Amino acid sequence: MEQNIFISGDEAVAHGVRLSRPNVIAAYPITPQTITVERLSDMVENGDLKAEYMHVESEHSAICATMGASAVGARTFTASSSQGLLYMTEGLHYCSGGRYPVVMMNANRSVALPWSIYGDHRDSLSLLDCGWIQVYVEDAQEALDMTIQAFKIAEHKDVLTPMMVNLDGFILTHTYEMVSIPEQDKVDAFLPPFQTENKMCFDNPKNMAFSSQPDDNTEFKYQQNEAMFNAVKVLKQTNKEFAQSFGRDYGDMVEEYRCDDADAILVTLGSVTGTVRVVVDKMRAEGKKVGLLKIRYMRPFPEKEIIATAKKVKAIGVIDKDISFGYEGTVFTNVNSALAKANSTVLKKNYIGGLGGRDITKNEIENMFNELLTGKLKKDGEHVEFFNLKVAIDE
Amino acid sequence: MNKPQKKDFIKPKHINDYPVGPQFEAGHLADINAGWRTVRPVVDHEACIFCLRCYIVCPDGTIFKDGDKIGIDYDYCKGCGVCAHECPKDAISMIKEEL
Repeated sequence: MEQNIFISGDEAVAHGVRLSRPNVIAAYPITPQTITVERLSDMVENGDLKAEYMHVESEHSAICATMGASAVGARTFTASSSQGLLYMTEGLHYCSGGRYPVVMMNANRSVALPWSIYGDHRDSLSLLDCGWIQVYVEDAQEALDMTIQAFKIAEHKDVLTPMMVNLDGFILTHTYEMVSIPEQDKVDAFLPPFQTENKMCFDNPKNMAFSSQPDDNTEFKYQQNEAMFNAVKVLKQTNKEFAQSFGRDYGDMVEEYRCDDADAILVTLGSVTGTVRVVVDKMRAEGKKVGLLKIRYMRPFPEKEIIATAKKVKAIGVIDKDISFGYEGTVFTNVNSALAKANSTVLKKNYIGGLGGRDITKNEIENMFNELLTGKLKKDGEHVEFFNLKVAIDE
Repeated sequence: MNKPQKKDFIKPKHINDYPVGPQFEAGHLADINAGWRTVRPVVDHEACIFCLRCYIVCPDGTIFKDGDKIGIDYDYCKGCGVCAHECPKDAISMIKEEL
């Protein structure tokens, strides 16, 4: 019987990690991830989790330590956010290039300057190129479940790619909900111990993590790219198996909500999905044909799914809690590329907001849908709009 | 310490011939590597007392026990001179390489 307990998103991740039986955890605390690493520390201390918990002095050391442990065949976990995530950036590339399947929880938090502890997606979206699989969860239950799934996906022999599970800072990390805790023996059956050939071992001595000349570098990168594409079928298979074992099915790389006969949809990442669901239901009750496309995985990117959904609708708005300065939001860039390859002529609009922890309200979401439903941009040529500025600007 | 042996390296022809990530069997030397040596160590076997200090300090592991004499693998010796510097009997001289 699964136990239901009232916990925060951070705590849900800690339970997911405990159930996955990692061998080594090396993490440095940073708001709003601290509760996860504190709970894991408690669990190791009181024997609930039999793992080596390495205290490191920085996030850079954290990723190097977890990668080093992974290189001797250990199942490893780390966690970070914002400044910490960026501090470990060179390590993230090392990890993915070296094909070490580390699992990390990232609490999405804004990046200085100005310094902020509150949530947005600028930290992880600025690192889409570092070669990690990236999934974004909508609630604490999904956070726990995806932590377990992450180990299975990352460690798969056709993948061997590290994976980042993203939770919105404060909105998900610090709010409480009823979460179902899977039973340990069911998780053990779903997730067997980590096996790999890519490890230091006396029986089969290896030269690891070496450099490569122009002659070979491209082939390693090509292989890494192919592994990320292999992850697509592995994550779908993993979702299916998880649904069979635990009864919760999250769909694959995206989730469509009421898109089949929609005129306008909003594309979302993370917890704002929940708010948009509520607005979709309200507007549908009023007869407006709106829908929601939740992107779960940003890498690998659900290009086929987005093209398929775009064929059904007339207007697509993308909410970005991110801005690539001097251009547009990163989710929009990725979605647009998919649409361009398919020669899609849907109306496209990028809504930039929710930065530095600013709330995205149901009213604002309704305004987005209303604009999209008119079939044209409210201001000609303005595809990118900061929708929740609190001051006037010069036009 | 075993003298490193040159082994044939078969260049990958297909992407699947590449290892998963930058890893390979340890100790695989595909090329000899002594091209930048300008001086080479030469051992005076009469003066040598076989204390093996040179054998221990050689950073490339190219000094080996050749029976009861010191042997140097000139395919891999880089001519760093640490062996000559450390020899307590000054039995090793660094001789300029002929061009």
